[in-house]
Amino acid sequence: MSIAPSALPIGMRGIEKRFGSVPVLRDLNLDVEAGEFLTLLGPSGSGKTTLLMILAGFVRANAGSIRVGGDEIITTPPHKRNIGMVFQNYALFPHMNVFHNIAFPLKQRGVAAAETAERVEKALDLVKLQGLGERRVDQLSGGQRQRVALARAIVFEPRIVLMDEPLSALDKGLREHMQIELRALHRRLGMTTVYVTHDQREAITMSDRIAVMNGGRIEQLDKPESLYARPQTQFVASFIGESNFIPVECRNGSVWYEDRRIHTAAATPAAGQYLMVLRPEKLRLLATAEPTSGVNVLNATLSDIIYQGDSFVCYAVLRDGRQLTLRDYCRSDVLAKMPAPGQPVSFGLDAQDTILVAAD
Amino acid sequence: MGAQTAVMQENAGRAGPDLNTQALRTDARRESLRLLALLSPSLLLVFAIIIVPIGWLFWLSLFDEAGGFSAANYARFFEQASYIKTFVTTFKVAFIVTGACVLLGYPLAYMLSQLPRRAASICLIFVILPFWTSVLVRTYAWLVILQRKGLINSWLIDLGVISQPLSLANNLSGVVIGMTHILLPFLVLPLYASMKTIDTDCLRAGMNLGAGPVATFRQIFFPLSLPGLASGVVIVFVLCLGFFVTPALMGGGKVNMWAMRMEQTTSLYSNWGAGAALGVVLLVVTLALLGLFQWLLGARATGVWSSR
Amino acid sequence: MSEDVGLPISHRQRLWLYCLGGLVLLFLIAPSIIIVIMSFSDSTLLQFPPQQWSLRWYQTYFGSLEWRDATIVSVKVAIMTVLVATPLGTAAAYAINRGTLRFNGTINALLTASLIVPVILIGIGTFFLYARIGLNNTLTGLVIAHTVQALPLVVLTVLSGLRSYDMNQERVARSLGAGRVAAFWQVTMPQIRFSIVSGALFAFITSFDEVVVSLFISGGETTTLTRRMFNALRDQIDPTIAAISTCLIVLSVVLLSVAQIFGRRH
Ligand SMILES: Nc1ncnc2c1ncn2[C@@H]1O[C@H](COP(=O)(O)OP(=O)(O)O)[C@@H](O)[C@H]1O
Ligand SMILES: [Mg+2]
Repeated sequence: MSIAPSALPIGMRGIEKRFGSVPVLRDLNLDVEAGEFLTLLGPSGSGKTTLLMILAGFVRANAGSIRVGGDEIITTPPHKRNIGMVFQNYALFPHMNVFHNIAFPLKQRGVAAAETAERVEKALDLVKLQGLGERRVDQLSGGQRQRVALARAIVFEPRIVLMDEPLSALDKGLREHMQIELRALHRRLGMTTVYVTHDQREAITMSDRIAVMNGGRIEQLDKPESLYARPQTQFVASFIGESNFIPVECRNGSVWYEDRRIHTAAATPAAGQYLMVLRPEKLRLLATAEPTSGVNVLNATLSDIIYQGDSFVCYAVLRDGRQLTLRDYCRSDVLAKMPAPGQPVSFGLDAQDTILVAAD
Repeated sequence: MGAQTAVMQENAGRAGPDLNTQALRTDARRESLRLLALLSPSLLLVFAIIIVPIGWLFWLSLFDEAGGFSAANYARFFEQASYIKTFVTTFKVAFIVTGACVLLGYPLAYMLSQLPRRAASICLIFVILPFWTSVLVRTYAWLVILQRKGLINSWLIDLGVISQPLSLANNLSGVVIGMTHILLPFLVLPLYASMKTIDTDCLRAGMNLGAGPVATFRQIFFPLSLPGLASGVVIVFVLCLGFFVTPALMGGGKVNMWAMRMEQTTSLYSNWGAGAALGVVLLVVTLALLGLFQWLLGARATGVWSSR
Repeated sequence: MSEDVGLPISHRQRLWLYCLGGLVLLFLIAPSIIIVIMSFSDSTLLQFPPQQWSLRWYQTYFGSLEWRDATIVSVKVAIMTVLVATPLGTAAAYAINRGTLRFNGTINALLTASLIVPVILIGIGTFFLYARIGLNNTLTGLVIAHTVQALPLVVLTVLSGLRSYDMNQERVARSLGAGRVAAFWQVTMPQIRFSIVSGALFAFITSFDEVVVSLFISGGETTTLTRRMFNALRDQIDPTIAAISTCLIVLSVVLLSVAQIFGRRH
């Protein structure tokens, strides 16, 4: 990936935001690297939009520091921040045509007419809207509007681009297509991008790194694959991918589930209560006779099997009443081991797939 | 500006929850001041033209003619028969006019709400146009129509229905007819707006359940239209209490209403204390009625809300 | 809401309703129509329909120095009221719409106070105040008083325009490099200008038709048209007033049509 010369890192420190007395962001710290595509992922109400608005300068934090490059910008007015922004509803100017929408930031900067025309043309090319400059905004489809908003946000070569759920108003097919295009555009231009979504698939598809937000805090900041493989909190484990949890205890340097020792690949954490993350696709159906050295075995009662064509999902209940879910492909060797609902069943989990997170 | 940057740099070095708090607070205050600056010319004007004079008049009303501090200006309302008569007349007119507005306005608003949109918007012009026509013009029109040698009387005499002209203007009936005409749009417009929000599916459901048109109207539509009707009624009633032009021109000196009394006391007799006291009571009654209405509606609205 | 009649009740079943509603509409509109027709009568008597037609009442109106002066005063005051109330009301509506000030409710109540306070009280109060600062019988005094009465209409109209406008557009404009003022003028203003024009028209009509306050604070050189009409009506019924009334009705129709056209384009 080429880092555009104008791309700058962002450092956020101790951001606090309250609406009235309700805290929305609490002592939030986040570093975005220059040229990085970073996604804020979290459930609705977790404070993603608020953080983005604070970055853009539309909402004032109660405390905190935002440094772009070396400069503190927390009190800089929005029009001096040089940050491109794409809103969820695009916020195109309906009284201007596509050309004038995209030329707007250039006009504010006093760019000459000839250069403006050239740069708008280039931006239209980038978002694949060649020749649509004279269209009125209300003559565009949703996808085209999205592209105009994007072109407008990047035409002035901002240091940073912010996007708040920009694809959520598009239908599924178009959304997936735009995800790939946005990603390609980012690769090409390399601007520092902060992207907001509540859709984990979208985040995983597009991002260099993902900051998972919950209740106004960042729970974990990591690469998409690490978030999945090594969630650090129960929230992250349940928000990214599917999981069941069982309580385990660390004592004397080993991990115990009830009276059974759990094999782990990683070093055993400090003594205390933890939760073991059980991903449905990491569990295996074990035949009773199978040797189990180095594999954690969970004995349960099968409650239901749902076939989904190429794969199936098993639901089982542990002795303590907790639910377990297992997903696997419909291979004949697997199907051969399958007991009937109501019968005992053994699930295996390899030591290297064993994840422990702190109990919330 | 330079000092502020210095403060920011100093703060930026220090970690902790109160990073840049001071600079951000200053910024917030500056933003509030900007908004206040946008508001202040309007607020100043309203303050100077409405709050200051009314406050001043209220102060004056607390002194008697000799300049002593007393409640004489208010006590007079209960003692002098002429004042009591004014209040009685005013409330009588207000009740009659409000009643007439309801009787005429409810069917009209109901019809408008049931008409197709195009027809309704054409009919609405006939409501809005008088609304924006000068009160004087409309009062004059009714004088022309109702007076002794006016249109109604000459028609009726020509038709041989009556031999002596009826006295329609320059008395209570003239005032009531004129005021009803002028205030009717104030009832129809909010009532129509609220009727438009009544869900037709609700009514359809009622009819599907076997209720006839009359029952559907009585049990579903009418109760749902009551808040709109109530707000129209309150507006009309309150405007009646302080109405001046029509009673002054069409009352023939026989219908002495509150606002006219205020005008006479101040302009004719220059008794500011007494006039001010009348104004203060009028304002209090107006605000009390509006407040009561708000409170009732608010209580009702939350009642509906919690029952969901 | 469907385009058609809301309920499966036929128009025929509703006939009585249409008759009643039609009569009320007639009651509302007939006086204006009668006045317009009478204004072309040749007679000093109030006959309807008139026996002979003429423009003599219009000639009296336009030929009379007094009526003409009063009309000019009213027009001047109305135009100045529009010029003052529109920007002030728009600025206030903008600030209220932001909704971030602590006393937003109080501010709202204050700005719409002149709709609630009985006009007679405003009239007496203004007269009382002006007597002390020498503003009675002045154009300035009239403009200030009318501005206060027109403000709530401008504020409410512009506010409704702003409420249906997406403030994110102004935000986006700011992020694209426009300062506060530039963002307002280039992005917000073009989209709420129809509301602003409507507000201005309402301000004009409010001032031009204002009677009660003008009765108290105008006089002599600055007698407004409405004050002169009021006094004329107190004395006797002069058919000239029919001609003036017709002009006022036409003015209302024109201004309302303009507001309507602007509103539809919006
Ligand atoms: N202007 C505001 N006033 C009061 N509360 C707000 C405001 N904006 C956001 N909030 C609250 O802040 C929380 C976070 O909101 P938001 O940042 O929009 O979350 P997200 O974008 O993650 O869905 C929500 O609980 C929301 O109700
Ligand atoms: Mg959001």
